Amino acid sequence: MGEPVYRLLGVTRVYGARKVLDIASLDVYAGEILGIVGPSGAGKSTLLRLLGFLETPTSGAMAFRGQRVNGGAPSLAVRRRVTMVFQRPVLLSDSVYANVAYGLRVRGVTDARERVEKVLDLLGMLPLRKEDASTLSGGEAQRVALARALVVEPEVLLLDEPTANLDPAHVAIIENVIRQARERTGMTIVLVTHNVFQARRLADRVALLVGGRLVEVAPTKTFFESPSAPETCAFISGEMVY
Amino acid sequence: MLGSALRQAVQLILGLDSEVLRIVLLSLRVSATALAFSTLMGVPLGAWLGLRRFFARRLVIAAIYTGMGFPPVVVGLAVYMLLSRSGPLGSLGWPWVPGLFTPGAMVIAQIIIATPLVAGFTMAAVMGVDPNLRQQLISLGATSWQATRAVLREARQGVVVAVVAGFGSVISEVGAVMLVGGNIEGSTRVLTTAIVLETHKGNFSLALAMGLVLLAMTFAINIAVLRLQGKAYG
Ligand SMILES: Nc1ncnc2c1ncn2[C@@H]1O[C@H](COP(=O)(O)OP(=O)(O)OP(=O)(O)O)[C@@H](O)[C@H]1O
Ligand SMILES: [Mg+2]
Repeated sequence: MGEPVYRLLGVTRVYGARKVLDIASLDVYAGEILGIVGPSGAGKSTLLRLLGFLETPTSGAMAFRGQRVNGGAPSLAVRRRVTMVFQRPVLLSDSVYANVAYGLRVRGVTDARERVEKVLDLLGMLPLRKEDASTLSGGEAQRVALARALVVEPEVLLLDEPTANLDPAHVAIIENVIRQARERTGMTIVLVTHNVFQARRLADRVALLVGGRLVEVAPTKTFFESPSAPETCAFISGEMVY
Repeated sequence: MLGSALRQAVQLILGLDSEVLRIVLLSLRVSATALAFSTLMGVPLGAWLGLRRFFARRLVIAAIYTGMGFPPVVVGLAVYMLLSRSGPLGSLGWPWVPGLFTPGAMVIAQIIIATPLVAGFTMAAVMGVDPNLRQQLISLGATSWQATRAVLREARQGVVVAVVAGFGSVISEVGAVMLVGGNIEGSTRVLTTAIVLETHKGNFSLALAMGLVLLAMTFAINIAVLRLQGKAYG
């Protein structure tokens, strides 16, 4: 599976008096799509924010490409290798184009135009490139959020429910874009989703997070066909677990 | 009486009475100068308060809210005592400290009135920007400073509202300019103080003419604020 991009050992995150995340160990491998599923409030978004260097673990050790990163945000250069698409995207009140170009602009990229338009086209948003982002529908905003992350071609892409507001046709489009992005650039993708079917379609490995703990991490086929934890059986058969 | 006063008032305005014109121009000059300083201080202060969490932040905010509701006449009194010959600033005799009964003294009083307004409205505008935006921009590779600039840009309409509201407060204010300016003809007489004087003298048509000019100016400002607020919050 190659060397791990992330290695987490005994990582916890505490808010106030609540331990929201308690990961005994987790490796994320280069070039894989790791699906993370679990009930609402399980800590999926919190885990993703840790991987995106947007929060620091309360305790434990986290390494990115062999470099310890649990002592505060890493350098700008390291930080820019990882990009996250948030569960509830917030766009700039500016054109769709300007939103997608943002990540390139802050990096000082001058010939952004072709790259921006290509990504917008992939997601079917090219006709809306001049629109004000504040007038977009929820699903359109979500596609812009994905576009602005993809355009910078990060080494690691963290996706938090990227298709939550979309109709089935657009879910299929976005899943294809995610697959192609990985194939073309070899980027590592961590995909959080409520939808076990989506995890099954896209992920190489799937992890089940319940109450902040990883109940099971397994290759997708194993996860769905012969899971070892009873919670996994319950979750994939549609029963909620807490 | 009102009818003839109104007719005369309109004639005064249309005839561009030179005395009225001078008063209008001084009002604009004093308030615009004060506003320039208030903007330079109030916008950064408000942005800082809206973006950063620090020790004593609540205290500073409480002070600003108090300043936003401060009676101009009390500000005038304080500036009067500061600048008078026996006051702490006036007694220093420094050349750059304006004396009492000069436009400079009026500018100082209006700076003190407008700055908390500009800072307070700017802070509200910056705090109104979705706090998640900053984190998302950071995740897209923005530096802390780049993200801050983007947040300020999101708040831009609210900042314009803050500046315009500051102008509205000082152009229509009478208590402070009366005290520290002294309403001296040809030197410190502005629209509001002239209206008070002409009314006392019984020159209702002149008072009304200047009242109409002031009304038109503040009306235009408030329309501008409402339209901008509509854009910023609507
Ligand atoms: N900044 C915070 N302060 C306090 N509590 C928080 C914070 N962020 C998250 N939490 C809490 O941590 C728990 C996990 O939240 P998280 O957003 O990671 O869940 P999730 O698995 O992504 O849920 P969902 O599927 O609903 O998005 C929740 O109970 C939430 O209330
Ligand atoms: Mg979540």
